[in-house]
Amino acid sequence: MKNKENVLSQHYEINGGDFSNAGNISTQIKETLKELGIRSSLIRRAAIAAYEAEMNVVMYAHQGQFQFSLTPSTIHFTVKDLGIGIEDIELAMQEGYSTATEELREMGFGAGMGLPNIKRNSDQFQISSTPGKGTFLDIFFYLNQREK
Amino acid sequence: MDQYYHSIYFDSEKCLGRRKCMRVCPTQAIRVRNNKAQMLEERCIDCGECIATCPNGAIIPLTDPFGELTKFRHTVAIPSPALYAQFGREILPSKIISGLKRLGFDDAVDLAYTCGKVSFAIQEYIRQYEGPKPLIINTCPTVVRLIQVKYPNLIDQVLPIDIPREIAGREIKKKKSKQYGLEEKEIGTFYITPCPVKMISIKQPAEKGRSHLDGAISISDMYGPLLSAMESVDKGDYRQSLESICILGIGWALTGGICRTLKLKNSLAVSGLSEILQVFNDIERGKLKDIDFIEAYSCPQGCVGGSLTVENLYISYNKILKLIETLEYEKIKACPDIREVRDLYRKNYFFIEGKLNPRPLNPLDKNLNQAIKKRKLKQKVYKALPQIDCGACGSPNCFTFAEDLVRGKAIPSDCIFDFASNDENLSQEISQLVDNPVPLNSNPLKKNKPNKD
Ligand SMILES: Nc1ncnc2c1ncn2[C@@H]1O[C@H](COP(=O)(O)OP(=O)(O)OP(=O)(O)O)[C@@H](O)[C@H]1O
Ligand code: SF4
Ligand SMILES: [Mg+2]
Repeated sequence: MKNKENVLSQHYEINGGDFSNAGNISTQIKETLKELGIRSSLIRRAAIAAYEAEMNVVMYAHQGQFQFSLTPSTIHFTVKDLGIGIEDIELAMQEGYSTATEELREMGFGAGMGLPNIKRNSDQFQISSTPGKGTFLDIFFYLNQREK
Repeated sequence: MDQYYHSIYFDSEKCLGRRKCMRVCPTQAIRVRNNKAQMLEERCIDCGECIATCPNGAIIPLTDPFGELTKFRHTVAIPSPALYAQFGREILPSKIISGLKRLGFDDAVDLAYTCGKVSFAIQEYIRQYEGPKPLIINTCPTVVRLIQVKYPNLIDQVLPIDIPREIAGREIKKKKSKQYGLEEKEIGTFYITPCPVKMISIKQPAEKGRSHLDGAISISDMYGPLLSAMESVDKGDYRQSLESICILGIGWALTGGICRTLKLKNSLAVSGLSEILQVFNDIERGKLKDIDFIEAYSCPQGCVGGSLTVENLYISYNKILKLIETLEYEKIKACPDIREVRDLYRKNYFFIEGKLNPRPLNPLDKNLNQAIKKRKLKQKVYKALPQIDCGACGSPNCFTFAEDLVRGKAIPSDCIFDFASNDENLSQEISQLVDNPVPLNSNPLKKNKPNKD
């Protein structure tokens, strides 16, 4: 192998139901990307995806881990949670589909746009889930790719 | 790098290096270098939070002195609607305008009427707009700079309609020069300002080469003389005076005033920098997409809370609000004709003359590979620091110090805890990655100790 690749990585814990800290991860990631001089359109896409992923953990899981890593070519998020999981992923990916409670809707969530937005804003996206156990997201952005 | 004009000036003679300003700065734009406070020009957004914290009066807001008037053949005062809130409730705008004319200006023009036109133009723009939402008002220069520096992503959401004071300046120059056979530059247009920040949009407009205003005179400098000048002004008929007030326009003195008088439903009003930061963070995350329009002012409650106003801000806020309520109740609408405004709108009368560009801070390094290394080093340095944010080094907190260090704007021994001296690896990594660092304190023995009176 070549030289060890230059990787910046950061690990965040998310607590389910903790709305007061919700959004902090995406804000911190955004700040980091700005310091590194990443172009603003890409920062915007990454921040939106990070925020939606983070919020889903807060809304639907007990506990989660958000891993952010960056190399000179790639931004990578993995989001792993312990929670109710998703029965039908295809359905969950549809725009407008949501199981958010009345309470969450009153707080302005539950448009059913989170997952579709992650997919739309990222360059590569994978989701897997075990009902009753938890959900796993793998999200990539490529720095050298043309803007979508 | 570009030079940035700022409306705040640090007087190093008066500065005793007490660091109070450094701690309140919301954008970490102040460092104390060799015991003197210094502004980092690219970070400062001119919010003025620091001015009042200085115990030595060393931070000075810049506005124009009265004397500037003599440079012009014909002078016109254009008061911010916030001026109307500075006097007792019985003193209505028409009397204030008459008072201004006795103060040495050749004329004084009510800006509220132009504000009213611009309100209608904003309504038109919102109606036809299909881009990312919400749109953000551009009247407060601090908010515009904040977006340029910290939220470059939101730049396309800043309203491209020019601000009323600029449009008024442009039209007055055009009209008066024709009327008196003078050149436009011989007509002096002076904004009567509630804050020093407007100076920056006059001296260095964010989007165009030149402002249509020639200067800004502070409300507080004007207050005393204006009060005496108004003594000899006849009170005039109350009803008649009311009927000359454009309700849409006086709303511009407060945050929320535009939305209220236009009756915009999907809008939001914020004021104060910390609140604005929260709202802008939400917008960046893709929240608030259903909101059409945001009024945001860096001063509390909007321009009535400007640092150069005289009246207590809650009293002045109330005065404008009561005035709006009275006009609503009396169904008085001395406003521009909406059809005329639409016509002007189609003729591009309202649009800004240039393009607003982002002004993001420099990255840690131009080379991404190096930037990643520096970012990792910054984290390491931060972990090694005591994290007590004492400020003795001259940076506002340990986190910012870590950043200054990897940017080469400080050296490890600037921290009074000399955190790196017994960590060979860290010291070495710092010296490898950071070229030619400049210490915050050039005299390491004396350190950056604050002076006592
Ligand atoms: N981490 C998760 N754990 C369990 N269920 C999830 C998770 N993420 C999404 N879901 C399910 O998928 C549905 C759709 O998610 P999506 O993020 O697209 O919309 P939403 O969260 O309901 O609304 P919005 O994100 O627009 O506020 C959710 O309502 C929920 O049922
Ligand atoms: S502990 Fe050191 S780095 Fe932190 S604020 Fe104090 S002097 Fe500066
Ligand atoms: Mg969601």
